[in-house]
Amino acid sequence: MERHRGQLTPQTLRRAGLVAGPTIFLALFFIWPVAQLLWRGLSDGDGALLNTFSSSSIRSVAWFTLWQAVASTVLTLIVALPLTAVIANVTFRGRRLVQALVTVPFVLPTVVVAGAFLATGDRLGATSGPFSLTKSVFAILVAHVFFNVAVVVRTVGSYWGQLSRDDEHAARTLGTPAWQTFFRITLRRLRPSLLAATSIVFLFTFTSFGVVLILGGARQRTIETEVFRYAISRTDFATAAALSIVQLIAVVALVALNLRLRSSLAQSDRLAERAQPAPNTLTLGLSWMTIAATIGLLSVPIIILVEQSLQTGSGLGFDNYRSLADRPPFLTVSPQRALANSLWFAVLATAIATVVGGWTSIAIVYSPTKISRLLDLGYLLPLGTSAVTLGFGILITFDSGWLDLRQSWVIIPLAQALIGIPFVTRAVVPVLRSIDPHLREAAASMGSSPAQIRRDIDFPIARRALVVGAGFAFAISLGEFGATSFVGRRPDFMTVPLAIGRLLSQPGQSIRGQAMALSVILMVITTVVLLIVDRADRSNVL
Amino acid sequence: MNHVFVRLSARTLVALAALALLASACGDDTLSEAASTCFDEPSIDAITDVTTDNLAGTTITLATHDSFTLSESTLAAFTDETGIIVEQVAVGDAGQLVSQAVLTKDNPTADVLFGIDNSFMCRGIDAELFVPYASPGLDDVADELELDPFNRLTPIDYGDVCVNYWTDALPGDAPESLDDLIDPVNAGQFVTENPETSSPGFSFLLATIAKYGEDGWEDYWTSLVDNDVSITAGWNDAYYGEFIAGGGARSIVTSYASSPPAEFLFADPPVDAPPTGVLQDSCFRQIEFAGVLNGTAHPEASAALIDFMLSTTFQEDVPLNMFVYPANGEAALPDAFVQWGPLVDDALTIDPAVIETNRDDWTERWNAIVAS
Repeated sequence: MERHRGQLTPQTLRRAGLVAGPTIFLALFFIWPVAQLLWRGLSDGDGALLNTFSSSSIRSVAWFTLWQAVASTVLTLIVALPLTAVIANVTFRGRRLVQALVTVPFVLPTVVVAGAFLATGDRLGATSGPFSLTKSVFAILVAHVFFNVAVVVRTVGSYWGQLSRDDEHAARTLGTPAWQTFFRITLRRLRPSLLAATSIVFLFTFTSFGVVLILGGARQRTIETEVFRYAISRTDFATAAALSIVQLIAVVALVALNLRLRSSLAQSDRLAERAQPAPNTLTLGLSWMTIAATIGLLSVPIIILVEQSLQTGSGLGFDNYRSLADRPPFLTVSPQRALANSLWFAVLATAIATVVGGWTSIAIVYSPTKISRLLDLGYLLPLGTSAVTLGFGILITFDSGWLDLRQSWVIIPLAQALIGIPFVTRAVVPVLRSIDPHLREAAASMGSSPAQIRRDIDFPIARRALVVGAGFAFAISLGEFGATSFVGRRPDFMTVPLAIGRLLSQPGQSIRGQAMALSVILMVITTVVLLIVDRADRSNVL
Repeated sequence: MNHVFVRLSARTLVALAALALLASACGDDTLSEAASTCFDEPSIDAITDVTTDNLAGTTITLATHDSFTLSESTLAAFTDETGIIVEQVAVGDAGQLVSQAVLTKDNPTADVLFGIDNSFMCRGIDAELFVPYASPGLDDVADELELDPFNRLTPIDYGDVCVNYWTDALPGDAPESLDDLIDPVNAGQFVTENPETSSPGFSFLLATIAKYGEDGWEDYWTSLVDNDVSITAGWNDAYYGEFIAGGGARSIVTSYASSPPAEFLFADPPVDAPPTGVLQDSCFRQIEFAGVLNGTAHPEASAALIDFMLSTTFQEDVPLNMFVYPANGEAALPDAFVQWGPLVDDALTIDPAVIETNRDDWTERWNAIVAS
């Protein structure tokens, strides 16, 4: 691989081309805007950066940000792993439905989930004390688990499902107990995928905003909420930029640690398409218990939401849904149009994230280590960057000439795709790395070109992971993640989450009922779309 | 090779630390002490002698917050009248709108901005965001709404942020003064919003400062905390979370004078009277302004839009779309507003320049009280 270094051969050109695409995309849509904003903030002056670094309150904020993210990540793993094991190892009817259902929280507006948590807390009597479901650290952690279980279940589940079972079978044949086999062999082999999922959950919770603000109460502050406070409540861009730099440094350090841990692992494991044996009754029984327990936990807030959407002045009924058909007051577009907007942006964001993410994954896998790590790190950074920084950065960067995208709808799916891409790469890269090298060698020795190898070997095996990533990109866009609210948009581009937010900013019982009904519709559509998307992992058309 | 990232991040740290020193060396710390020069005479020339005769086909952009809604025909009426096409851009909440405008002031995203209120107006004016323009429509606007003597910002609508209560759920008599909120009979009943993340929350803090003065408001808040006040991040988690309207347990909340009319209009099933009432003594006046953005290429068309925003066509469309009161005294009010949402005559106010100078200090002191 290294012998052509320094020479302009077709191979180095091809490799350069492979790396150039993802690099230019990242530089243009992430690094440049963020650098612009940080520079603007810092040149506002008044020593904000040093003051920020040396203040004791930022140290306690940074410490809280870090530990709540670590705790949220660990708890998410603990809650998600049993269900992940079931999804990966047991064939049962409704597996795709379970996978789709755990992803539903992803698209729900935080303000809706927070309301459901409060209602849950009221019913369980958990509204005060350390285990309160509102305004406590505990509430933040529970909400983070609620939102992130899907990341582990889907990312690790798809990898695990494709892992060959030879080592485990050998161990079992030699009489090793099942639990030892799991802890000594399976868990070790899952590490590349576990680390990939962990990094995403960690970054998500490290930069989480709405959950901390609404469920944490006035006392809990993270770097992300502080960036917002300084940039928005105080229009103090200098301090906001300084805080963003603190955030970026922490994120780079922690992602580097994660990548380093991963590189200490074996470079490849055996991954192949395999058929799953039919489960026996005991396995099936335990599986259903796991599914019931996990889905049961996740669905408590969702059931409350559904119930609220059905509550009307005359008992339970579908009045709220019916009244959505006429355009409710306060919305700039009809709910149908908002839904069409949401789906359109989500399709575009998914397409961008899948293409760029897929390309990036190949570049990561086939590039020399240094470039590969830089790309890997670079594409994780948008997840670990404050939405204020990214959104305002885009706003002041794409503001003139042919790059004036400020009034353009294009900026919405682009910004959302930036958050979706790492989901694609983190799902696909471990799979590509684990493809048995003998497969590629055999194909090459039979005269296949690198492009043919990618098409005939890499793509079919990585397809399931690509679908997992695409599903997340879709859900992220539907849930309006990211920086779009700081860029601004034309009112006729109103999406479902924005419509829900608008309805919920108004007194009046029937208006609130309609917001809840719209939330339920968003959940149902997400589930249906994910069911369809997930089908692509088996069929021959992607 | 395995150490490449450790090296990289160490190098990054050094570079960033150097950057930090550089940035801190060239600044000073006097900004926070400087008093607002908000209502000093502006150096920007005013727009005068507006005629729309040759403006047909001009396209201008109106930036607003997300809560801006109108009936579909309203802006179309402006285009019919003048030939000027209005594009809109909505930017988050009022705070995001103002921060965005300050950030992009050298290359504004729009020609006209609507949605900056009296608590933020001096931030925008100090940043020289707006061009003075005295609209003829101001003749029909009450003097107390015209806060800027140089008309960089034109009042478009107003309302009051007031403490609301759910009449049937109160433990005692309906509260009549802010002092009643610290009465033990109302312990655990009041929920309000964080002034740093919520506009009504900030207005309520200003109400207490206006009422009890620079020397008394902190004691009042200490008593509120002792009486188990609850603080939420936003209006929604107060009103629909902890207030009884959304199934919560508390009966007193910070909301708007226009909330009872909304509860009446959108009640399900319909009611004869709203279930909520307003604590008149707590109301803080909130005025929303529009201004022509400095740097616009279309000053006349932008000024024409300001004129239109003060016309009765626009003004009469405002109440039921945004639940605020029209600034134009000639505009007719909907019945529900007349009957259930009378504004108080002597709402609490604070000079916007004083708000701008003290805002960060007040919220910092507020934080110290509620965090203890």
